[in-house]
Amino acid sequence: MRRRPRAKASVLAEGEPMIWLTAGGLTVAILMIAGLLALVTVQGLATLWPVPLTRIRLANGVQHMGEVARSELFRPPAAFWPSLAPEAERRARDEAAGQDGRLRRRLIRIGNFEITGEHFQWVNDFEVVAEEQPEWAIVVERMSWGRFYGIPIAFVEDGRRVAETPQAAWELFRRHHGEVAARRARRRRLETREIGAINAALESARLALRAAEQRNGADAPATQARRRAYEAAEVRGSNEYARVRAEIAALDAANARYRMVFRTAGDRETTLDLAAVVRAYPANQLRWIDRLGIYASRWTEFLTAEPREANSEGGVFPAIFGTVLMTLIMSFAVAPLGVMAALYLREYAKAGAAVSAVRIAVNNLAGVPSIVFGVFGLGFFCYLIGARLDELFFAARLPNPTFGKGGLLWASMTLALLTLPVVIVATEEALSAVPNSMREGSYACGAGKWQTIRRIVLPRAMPGILTGMILAMARGAGEVAPLMLVGAVKLAPELPLDSVFPYLHPERSFMHLGFHIYDLGFQSQNSEAAKPMVFTTTLLLMALIFALNVAAVRLRSRLRRKFVSAAF
Amino acid sequence: MHSTTHLEAGPRGDTVREEATDRLARIAAGESVPTVTHPEIEQEPIVLETRDFCLHYGPKQALFDINVKVARGKVTALIGPSGCGKSTLIRSVNRINDLLSTVHIRGDMLLAGESIYAPGVDVIGLRKRMGMVFQKPNPFPMSIYENVVYPLRIDGERNRRVLDEVCERSLRGAALWEEVKDRLQDNALSLSGGQQQRLCIARAIAAEPEILLMDEPCSALDPIATTKIENLIEQLKGDYSILIVTHNMQQAARTSDYTAFMYLGHLLEFGRTETIFQTPRLIETQDYVTGRFG
Repeated sequence: MRRRPRAKASVLAEGEPMIWLTAGGLTVAILMIAGLLALVTVQGLATLWPVPLTRIRLANGVQHMGEVARSELFRPPAAFWPSLAPEAERRARDEAAGQDGRLRRRLIRIGNFEITGEHFQWVNDFEVVAEEQPEWAIVVERMSWGRFYGIPIAFVEDGRRVAETPQAAWELFRRHHGEVAARRARRRRLETREIGAINAALESARLALRAAEQRNGADAPATQARRRAYEAAEVRGSNEYARVRAEIAALDAANARYRMVFRTAGDRETTLDLAAVVRAYPANQLRWIDRLGIYASRWTEFLTAEPREANSEGGVFPAIFGTVLMTLIMSFAVAPLGVMAALYLREYAKAGAAVSAVRIAVNNLAGVPSIVFGVFGLGFFCYLIGARLDELFFAARLPNPTFGKGGLLWASMTLALLTLPVVIVATEEALSAVPNSMREGSYACGAGKWQTIRRIVLPRAMPGILTGMILAMARGAGEVAPLMLVGAVKLAPELPLDSVFPYLHPERSFMHLGFHIYDLGFQSQNSEAAKPMVFTTTLLLMALIFALNVAAVRLRSRLRRKFVSAAF
Repeated sequence: MHSTTHLEAGPRGDTVREEATDRLARIAAGESVPTVTHPEIEQEPIVLETRDFCLHYGPKQALFDINVKVARGKVTALIGPSGCGKSTLIRSVNRINDLLSTVHIRGDMLLAGESIYAPGVDVIGLRKRMGMVFQKPNPFPMSIYENVVYPLRIDGERNRRVLDEVCERSLRGAALWEEVKDRLQDNALSLSGGQQQRLCIARAIAAEPEILLMDEPCSALDPIATTKIENLIEQLKGDYSILIVTHNMQQAARTSDYTAFMYLGHLLEFGRTETIFQTPRLIETQDYVTGRFG
């Protein structure tokens, strides 16, 4: 009998190339993810690390002092060479010959914007004649105008120069800066909180008057009473205001006693008020532990303070706060809605064309571009519902909109809509994963449908539902595009949660980490200074979302241990 | 219409054997064959009976004119090869099958003389009068205590004393009390498979049901756990009327008083267990109980 010839275990049968292909796909994916994470992490962590100050003298006699931001090789265009002096050209050609025709240049953060008109300066290596790290070079972070670099030459107290050496001036600075900063913080509190409260009281009296006018007419007795109350409030307010102003003036006067004189890289003497200094340190004398201290203090400021300098300096606390608050409100809105919708779809609706259509629609909703949700939110929530609310409850404030514009509440609602499909799909899956034997057991005990759902199905599905919820929260926290339309702003003057009744102000605009990243990266005037902050803010947002996901995984495994048997 | 044949009661051992016809082939061909019902059941008080009960899953008929009676305080076993409709029948008693939208039924069942399938019957109230134990233990994801008192909880019982009492009585009834009395608040899912099944039995008897339905309660358990459950059934007998589906012939022989033999949706023979196992009327029954087919 002739045997059928059999193929040897061929390459195709084993699928060796497929193994390599699939492994290759995975590798590329991992590399991309790991690369992105590594880039953001390294850059984000490096941003706040204090680096030394370098003073550079160029061949043309110009001096720069600042922090080296980065260095690169560049290929000079043809028109570059004729513009150089012969001596410089020779040196440049020498350098380029060793580097494949390219030249090295460094970007120096030179600061002192009010003097130089620049924040950064490119310096070509071949132009450098001398380079050093001066012992007493000081980095000064200021309330405005960006960073300042200089060497202290004197300390001024009450208009008199009391120290004439860098060391003595620096000693005095360290002695007085703490109290000055405390006074500045107190002044800021007075400005925001106390004056804010005065304004709020006056505004509420004014609104009460306007409401009375609209309701009763201008001459009714009730209106007259309101008018008198308003006038009284006005008097009270201006008295209060004068008192606060006086206190602020006293603080200012106390702070104005201390100033410090610096010599800049351009050999100019400049005097800085101590009150304008946020933080200063002698960058070239720092030990490792000092650097760590400055690093920690900058991180603390980053996480807890308000932004300065068009968001490129200072902290992102309002953005963190806004993101978290918005995500929470969104969750409270989307959780009941999504779970109820999924319950009806899975437990009550009769399977058929209608249910399939709804399910397809829900899945399609997940694919709608998020900006479309933003447009919808603006049109529906702000301009339709919000405007109607204003007419009904806040008529006295019109034409200034209260709810009829973007705000925390509408942003949360828009994102709730956006994340609804995630919650519905996850909940449906969780519900369908509840074994039928559980339901049957409950029915056999004489339980009704709702009793079975509430006591058996929902607890058992809870891990899955929560997982879906937290995925939705992560999605919502990372979303930016719709927020630009419905309430996220570059700089919010007030937090949406404060000590003024009713404490939570859902109509206020708010700051958001995602929008903050966009604003820093693309809207900033000092984009070179803002760029590192983009990485740091991204790192923070990613850490936030990562924390949410870790919480999701841990919660799920804990609930699973509780509700799902290991035996079956 | 009436497909039940009553045979003459004869002295033990010399009952007339039905001639060996090709019943199995006739059933497979779609014919109806009469049930052989032994007369002893007529002497018993009846808690549940089915009347010409037919059931369709969509276009497929799964039960054909079933007439079976469950005696009060006795154990009635449903036996037969896989796919014969035992589980379908027992799941029809408390109308759990209603949850499937494709199920249609004809005929009726009576629980203590009251119709189960009449229009307007309160299904939930009906189920409260029955207890059911399923093939796989299905304790709820909650504490042992809450599992047992679940039937009372859904009735809104809040009185702690009543609940405690029912919990203890039911767990003692299910021979589980001694093992779990110190950890009633533990999660029920931490119990072993056999304990879980006894917990399910405790839950089923917590509301003092008129009939206890057991759908292959030991099929997912190991031999030791099986023995415990069988002993338990022995204990429960008398206090409860039990209808049990089983695959295990020895189990049916050991635990039940009456046995019904089903084949492809037909009830072939129904009578006292000793008779069914020792001197059945039908050759098919004998073949099945002696392991020659099925």
